[in-house]
Amino acid sequence: MSANHYAIEVEDLVAYYGSRRILDGVSLQVGYGEIMVIMGGSGSGKSTLLRHLLALQTPRSGSIRILGRDITTASADMLHELRQSIGVSFQGGALLSSLTIGENVALPLREHTRLDDSIIEITARLKLEIVSLGGFEHLYPAQLSGGMIKRAALARAMAMDPKMLFFDEPSAGLDPVVSSELDDLIIKLRDTLGVTIVVVTHELESAFKIADHITVLDHGRILISGTADIVRNSSIERVQDLLHRRSRPIEISADDYLHRLTGG
Amino acid sequence: MAETSFGSVRGRLVQLGRAATAVIEEYGYWVTLLGESLYWIVVGPFKRRPVRLSATVAQMVSIGIAAVPIVFMLSFAIGVMLAIQGIYTLRQFGAETQVVLGIALSVVREFGPLITGILVAGRTGSALAARIGTMQANQEIDALRVMGIDPVRFLAAPVFIATLVMVPALTLFSDLAAMFGGAVYCQLELGLNHVAYWDQATSFIVINDVTQGLIKSLVFAVIVALVGISNGFAVTGGAEGVGRATTRAVVASISYIVLADMLFTYFLNR
Repeated sequence: MSANHYAIEVEDLVAYYGSRRILDGVSLQVGYGEIMVIMGGSGSGKSTLLRHLLALQTPRSGSIRILGRDITTASADMLHELRQSIGVSFQGGALLSSLTIGENVALPLREHTRLDDSIIEITARLKLEIVSLGGFEHLYPAQLSGGMIKRAALARAMAMDPKMLFFDEPSAGLDPVVSSELDDLIIKLRDTLGVTIVVVTHELESAFKIADHITVLDHGRILISGTADIVRNSSIERVQDLLHRRSRPIEISADDYLHRLTGG
Repeated sequence: MAETSFGSVRGRLVQLGRAATAVIEEYGYWVTLLGESLYWIVVGPFKRRPVRLSATVAQMVSIGIAAVPIVFMLSFAIGVMLAIQGIYTLRQFGAETQVVLGIALSVVREFGPLITGILVAGRTGSALAARIGTMQANQEIDALRVMGIDPVRFLAAPVFIATLVMVPALTLFSDLAAMFGGAVYCQLELGLNHVAYWDQATSFIVINDVTQGLIKSLVFAVIVALVGISNGFAVTGGAEGVGRATTRAVVASISYIVLADMLFTYFLNR
């Protein structure tokens, strides 16, 4: 019934890695044309959540609806179709190193459309212009800086004019200026094209700058999910720890500690 | 004491069990990989998601054409070696001129396919594991998947087509190069001229000998592709993982090739 209200609907997601539970009953919704930032420290499960949203992993239980379709039960063909309306910008760019930047951006178009080669090339150049990489299409990923690679990856993610974009740690490894430019670009994409955007990050500044909604994960559970203001003013101690970069006290009993040290 | 030995037996059983499941899992993965590649080769064009011709040609060049010089060199050397050993052995019976028979049959039935298989395993098996492994470590495989580009169709299927065409082709070439090596040595040692050598050789070889070699080369082609690709896809843990996968791919594919050679030789000659 609520299928068309949200671009993403996650319900009671449980995920394991081997016998370790990584996600424990995660539920969240992302509205159309909204920027959702998923935050959390290392090991909070945010990367695992992203891999599930991208259908790279299948959950133990729970459902994930993307653009109204349940991807945990979708057929391969349905997933194939859905993926054409989704763009992903990976942490390290994940550009194919054997192809030039231009060929990388053109790849989804070549694979999914029957457009003429010249049109594909123009489209690829256009996407590179958007991320200020016009004229760089003949270079290989190894010849670019970290920031350029991330922007090129974004251009590739936008190649098919997706309805939804995912970013994995967009500002990781970038200098503050480039990182801020990327944030501006993300906001511009939502404002001009109405793209639904999910950003996974642990960068506070960037998160509060771009987010409409923020979800904070901790140990595989959602600590809080709401607008940027709600999260900022939350009284939950763990959230405030994260927001104020307070180190967390180690809580472990003497017996457990001894047990762990002796490996018994 | 009793408890300790029981514990160690149990530990070994657990280890054995884990190793066994890992092996079964790997073979299972091979079947899936081969099945999916065949699926894309056959069904892909009808789904408007064909295996790319350009990628296939590129693989053919790197697997086949680029290997021509080294295959020629080693096969030629093997031919010379067979001639030397053959003449040495047959001299004891005063039957040196029969050496052509020995060279021709052992090259076509055995050494051509085997040396080609081992060379392709060393060149292509390692290259495949390293290339796909690096892509896996850099999330390029994930990127392909989320773009709706099946990694098996995009990366594996072209390799299967290329090896299945190029390994038999290289094998035929290797047969000729080894025979040529034998011819050169026979001329120097026995004064046997080339025309007589090739005449004799072709009169000994029947079509069955050549097909037997080619059947084996097809099996070797599948082994190299399967082992290289599966080790590449299985990479975890960055650069070190890629190194491990590469070594494993070469050692495993050469071992499987030698074992498969023995089995096929046995069954094809019954």
